[in-house]
Amino acid sequence: MLKNFFPNKILSIHKKIINNLVILMILIIIFGLVYSLFISPPDYIQGDSVRIMYVHVPSSFISLGCYGLIGLASICSLIFKIKFTPLIGKSLAPIGFTFTIISIVTGSLWGKPTWGIWWVWDARLTSMVILLLFYLAYIVTWKFINNFEKANKISSFIGIVGLINLPIIRYSVDWWNTLHQPSSITLTEAPKIHHTMLVPLLIMLSGMIIYSLIIFLMKYKTEVIKFKLNKKKNNN
Amino acid sequence: MLGKKVKSRIFFLLIFLILAIILIFFVLKSLEKNLVYFYSPTEIYNKTNISFNTKIRVGGLVKDKSIVKKGNAINFVITDLKNEIIVTYNGIVPNLFSEGKGVVAEGKLKDKKYFIAKKILAKHDENYMPPEVSKALEK
Repeated sequence: MLKNFFPNKILSIHKKIINNLVILMILIIIFGLVYSLFISPPDYIQGDSVRIMYVHVPSSFISLGCYGLIGLASICSLIFKIKFTPLIGKSLAPIGFTFTIISIVTGSLWGKPTWGIWWVWDARLTSMVILLLFYLAYIVTWKFINNFEKANKISSFIGIVGLINLPIIRYSVDWWNTLHQPSSITLTEAPKIHHTMLVPLLIMLSGMIIYSLIIFLMKYKTEVIKFKLNKKKNNN
Repeated sequence: MLGKKVKSRIFFLLIFLILAIILIFFVLKSLEKNLVYFYSPTEIYNKTNISFNTKIRVGGLVKDKSIVKKGNAINFVITDLKNEIIVTYNGIVPNLFSEGKGVVAEGKLKDKKYFIAKKILAKHDENYMPPEVSKALEK
């Protein structure tokens, strides 16, 4: 499994695989959107505004998951000096960054009709902004530090420190009084979302994960090629 | 198995992370007052040094059959099932504001039992279900 992410393997990934993934993703997203926007029922209190959840929750999930992977890649590159993990982190960052923005924007759009306000500085929302800042710091380091080794060290450091923020985001709604509601889906309890709404949510989640995977594969391939070209240039 | 250099790097990173977590824990602990978005009626009841002139938020459930509307003015009771606070407000409330549901009021305390709100926010819970299911549950 892991071997497939080795730089030489990624270069030989057939275009057909990505094309098939794109087709699969489009089918799942279309099905998921139709299911969540038209077939699934409105909520008993929130009415139709609950449909924002089908975009909001998967984006938040991916933004946290992406950061977790970046942190893992950062640990690998800082401690074990594995050559290709910085490239993995570098390719994941824009995906997570984008989904964090989507999560914050859709959350804000959802907040107005339900809470009656676009934005509040409660613990959950604030910690999500901090996650956005960590993504930004990580991306900016790669962009503005030209020396690969140096950029790798600093960005890995940012990636690892930011890991501490993840449990804070996850448990912010339990540790402090927040306007944001507690988690509906947890590992230990039955989901508090009725199955007619949970199924489209999971379909949307899988579609968006496949989308992230496609973007990652394409970006990672580019990064590997760039890295190899740079190396060649330095050798000559 | 692991090289000496790798081991020392793991060691330093672990020490660093533990220190960082302890540091952040204390920072969060000392910021607790700001991190809490609202206080429950019981927390207000137990508080010893309340300032009545600063903005504060109270949250809980809207007590059943407590909403009284007079034109634009609205009175209701926030409860956490232990203590209650009477809230008076002038203005438009969010759509989700209703009896038995969560609410956060922003304003000033007159005394420990009486609150003048400047803003009302609705807080909904983590349960999502279609209307028919909720009706069936009520029966």
